[in-house]
Amino acid sequence: MPVMSHSALQPASAPALACSSDIKLSTIGARAWLVEAPGGFDLPAQRRIWSLARLLHADEAIEALIPGVTNLLVLFRHIPLDENAVRKQLHAAWDQAQAISPQGKLIEIPVHYGGEHATDLAAVCHHTGLSPREVVRLHHQSEYTVFALGSAPGFGYLHGLDPQLATPRKKVPSLSMLKGTVTIGGAQAGVSALTGPNGWNAIGFAELTVFDPLADSPALMAPGDRIRFLPQRIEL
Amino acid sequence: MIEIEQSGALNTVQDLGRFNFRHMGVSVSGAMDALALRAGNLLLGNDENAAALEVQLFPFRMRFLQDSSIAVTGADCRATLDATPLPPWWGCGVRAGQVLELRYPRSGARGYVCVAGGIDVPLVLGSRSTALRGGFGGVDGRPLQRGDRLALGESRVPPLPVSGIGIEPPDSALHAHFPRNSAGDIQLRAIPSGEYALFAADAARFWQQSWQVSNQSNRTGYRLAGAPIFPSETIEMRSYGLIPGIVQVPPGGEPIIQLSDANTAGGYPKIAGVIEQDLWRLGQVLPGQSIQLIQSDAREAIAIEQEVARWLNRLRLSCQPLRKALTV
Repeated sequence: MPVMSHSALQPASAPALACSSDIKLSTIGARAWLVEAPGGFDLPAQRRIWSLARLLHADEAIEALIPGVTNLLVLFRHIPLDENAVRKQLHAAWDQAQAISPQGKLIEIPVHYGGEHATDLAAVCHHTGLSPREVVRLHHQSEYTVFALGSAPGFGYLHGLDPQLATPRKKVPSLSMLKGTVTIGGAQAGVSALTGPNGWNAIGFAELTVFDPLADSPALMAPGDRIRFLPQRIEL
Repeated sequence: MIEIEQSGALNTVQDLGRFNFRHMGVSVSGAMDALALRAGNLLLGNDENAAALEVQLFPFRMRFLQDSSIAVTGADCRATLDATPLPPWWGCGVRAGQVLELRYPRSGARGYVCVAGGIDVPLVLGSRSTALRGGFGGVDGRPLQRGDRLALGESRVPPLPVSGIGIEPPDSALHAHFPRNSAGDIQLRAIPSGEYALFAADAARFWQQSWQVSNQSNRTGYRLAGAPIFPSETIEMRSYGLIPGIVQVPPGGEPIIQLSDANTAGGYPKIAGVIEQDLWRLGQVLPGQSIQLIQSDAREAIAIEQEVARWLNRLRLSCQPLRKALTV
């Protein structure tokens, strides 16, 4: 079930974006439906995805709701007998879903930019044509929004990367990137949650644990949270 | 208590899985052959979700430190109890001091050692399954190793007779519903998924060829080797939630079927989703063996699900009286 508590949700100050195009629906297996929002990789689309998750949360027929990046996976408890009814339900819920902006918490993450863990800083500079100093500056000057958690326990997909920094994921992943590595993957930013193989570009490091399975609230980040990176040390 | 005397890496404690934290990026984990786990637990009078040992590297040996009952299901692992062979899919009472050994399977890939009361490791995020990548659940988030002593839950039913009782394995009991092709490869039913249309030109190849399960296959997913398939255009996908059974196609064109330990999100195009009712069979396929994917739909998935439910129900109903009659 989605992680946002209802009290944390407030209507967006701006009116919902009028979307002329409609959602794309597809299935994964017999009881999971993927709802993909129309439009770009942006906050209005994601806000409507959060709203959709909130609307569907009360439906007893739904086992799990897994928000992705401008999409939502809806897993039903049982295989729906009538696919058209599911389509109708999801379209109706989407029409009803108004963009919401969760009043997420602000998380400040001190970062050691550059240095031994920034193994892909040179590649990011090469791809973007920016100097290391500019990459670091643009990275820590943005405020980011957690769009969704996924891929690894507690890993947040962060929106808000300066478009100039967008760098494709690596063709050959690092085999053992440290937990806490500050990364860029395409137009997204992240902080790796586990030590292991990783295809994102490493530009810095943060002493950060994003998931504790034994804690009451296991994930540090929740969708809608805002993230700021603080340059604790810059080693170029 | 039981004590592990010998175990390869990657043998783990698993229940049916950890279902309620996927939105936080927590994989489902759980038994790769959930049907074997359910059936073993039913035979013992356990909750179907009770944790058991999933054994996929052999030989595996354990000693009972208390009287109990066991059910060994899944792959035919040539199990022995104090060197006396046990038939596959067999349950029986055991005495403190006895030693159970599982050896390289005659058929199948993963054996399940279910014990009366279940393996009593702590619940983490609602499950006892080992999350190897996350490093939690099961025994401290790691595979079993020699010297591990595991507590057993309390069983509320009388022990199984020492002489034992068997279950007809689903492979034969349900064979009419779980087909193989003429080459003997198992056929997995899959429903076309989001980007299926992009692979239209290669669809025939996708469905018709025998895909070999590559050596780079594990609980996370099976990589399929064969004549590659390619989309008509390259598209960039945003990360989306995924579930075990999803068939994705990375740029190289050889599909991956994501399984129990798969990430909760991914970004490769998805061509199909294997129906959940067929995933237990995949859990018994070894690298090097081949499978075929056949096109299916939700209606067929429901029909298979009902057959499996009927089989489990018959098992549930027949175990109790049988157990009583044999215990007297």
